[in-house]
Amino acid sequence: MFRNRMSTWSPFDELHREINQILESFNPVTNGGRMAGWLGTFPAVNIWEDGDALYAEAEIPGVRSEDLEMYAVGNELTIKGQRTARQGENLTYHRQERGAGEFTRIVTLPVEVDAEKVEANLCNGVLTITMPKAAAARARKITVKKA
Amino acid sequence: MVTQMVRSKREGDLARVEHARDRRTYLPNVDILETPEEFLILADMPGVKPDSIEIEYEQGVLTIHGQADPRQDEAATNYLLREYGVGDFHRSFTIGQGIDDAKIEAHYSDGVMELHLPKAEKAKPRRITVKGD
Repeated sequence: MFRNRMSTWSPFDELHREINQILESFNPVTNGGRMAGWLGTFPAVNIWEDGDALYAEAEIPGVRSEDLEMYAVGNELTIKGQRTARQGENLTYHRQERGAGEFTRIVTLPVEVDAEKVEANLCNGVLTITMPKAAAARARKITVKKA
Repeated sequence: MVTQMVRSKREGDLARVEHARDRRTYLPNVDILETPEEFLILADMPGVKPDSIEIEYEQGVLTIHGQADPRQDEAATNYLLREYGVGDFHRSFTIGQGIDDAKIEAHYSDGVMELHLPKAEKAKPRRITVKGD
């Protein structure tokens, strides 16, 4: 048997969650998008770049590709999706740390990307998005003409 | 069940990450569920190689470990935003008696590990009928 199962609930956790949800609903970056039971924005995103492209990576375990939508418009990347909690008769939760529900994350990119050429890959719960920079935003090597 | 404090993968908490064997290690978020037949643990372990997952059950302690190698060369990558770190996942649970350890089963898909811990026969709920006169 699992011991101390009653100790996982605390009225202060409940209050903390409520306050975070209220604060989060004013967050312009996520548009209030969140998953139940998740404090803060979801998913967390890492972004990096090289001369030709921006790359975004997010960890979204348990989200299947058919439950995922992505848009890259101008300099804005949107990741939408949902994860469903396990449900069933005779099923009791002793601990629920994994958020469930719908989420939307909107990230403003530093440069415009070529929306036609954006590619995404989902493997073992890791989403990787490759976004070639729009022609105007690419690093160009400038040669100095000699007089 | 006793679990350690949850260590966030978020950047702000990186200082609390363990550096065992020069590898960053995080506590996975878990759901723990119970049905009449079993306990079910769902653990978020994105980016883990399925064949690297180790599950041990010894003297009432269940330990899960999954290896997640860096996906970029962190020193050479030009990050614009870093909200989480990448590293191994490790977590232990203390479980009292009542698990049939020979029948523990695990599956890994979409970055989630699903661990089935069947209850031992004697731990299953039994219906007790009251006999009337």
